[in-house]
Amino acid sequence: MLIRVTEAPLDIAEAVAAVETNAAGAVNVFLGNVRDNNLGRRVDHLVYDAYPSMAEKVMREIAEEAKARFGLLDCAVLHRTGRLELGETSLLIAVSSGHRAESFEGGHWLVNQIKKRVPVWKKEVWEDGEAWIEGPESMGLQQAPAGMR
Amino acid sequence: MGLARKRQRHVGYNQGVSVTILFFASIADALGHRRLELPSAPGDTVESVCDRLMTAHPQLERFRPTLLFALDEEYVKPSAPVPAGATLALIPPVSGG
Repeated sequence: MLIRVTEAPLDIAEAVAAVETNAAGAVNVFLGNVRDNNLGRRVDHLVYDAYPSMAEKVMREIAEEAKARFGLLDCAVLHRTGRLELGETSLLIAVSSGHRAESFEGGHWLVNQIKKRVPVWKKEVWEDGEAWIEGPESMGLQQAPAGMR
Repeated sequence: MGLARKRQRHVGYNQGVSVTILFFASIADALGHRRLELPSAPGDTVESVCDRLMTAHPQLERFRPTLLFALDEEYVKPSAPVPAGATLALIPPVSGG
């Protein structure tokens, strides 16, 4: 299982190679990329902060859970931190499974859990200001992991 | 490796007296630091440590309603006990991905 929080650019080929096995008829790859707009504002770039050691721990827990829930063969989860320009990849997920259905469903579930639970934060920088985005999809209150409030 | 050694030394001479608090994103900006240490007290919980922190740094109070807490890299409830030497992270609403 490949789990990493890093300031370095993310490498798709490395993630795919990490999850490929001869038993895997399907490999599903997800890229979360920096978009040039959010909620009607033009985004110049993003800056990601993280609690790297805990982030990797939580990513590993989520990946283990995904493997068990969806019968995945392997997972790679990589998150980038620091300054990211438009179009760059902040989140890279690759999952492998015997057949395609598990890798689509498991991959989708993984992305959602990563966004909810991993201690990583993004700051949007616009032409005329900046703000930390706090909470799911930047709106509303934090969803506490089960039983933490 | 250097980090591990540093931490050991730190725990060595500070054992039993302090709690390390970590800050990220918006709350780190508001404080102007990413970590600080507070003296620990017998019977400390996440809540009691947080009370002392907010008294010393009232500009952090506005973050409190949405904070989650992690003790030694594990999400915990506000009522969780905080042993001396522990690391408490204040977790604003996450927004990775």
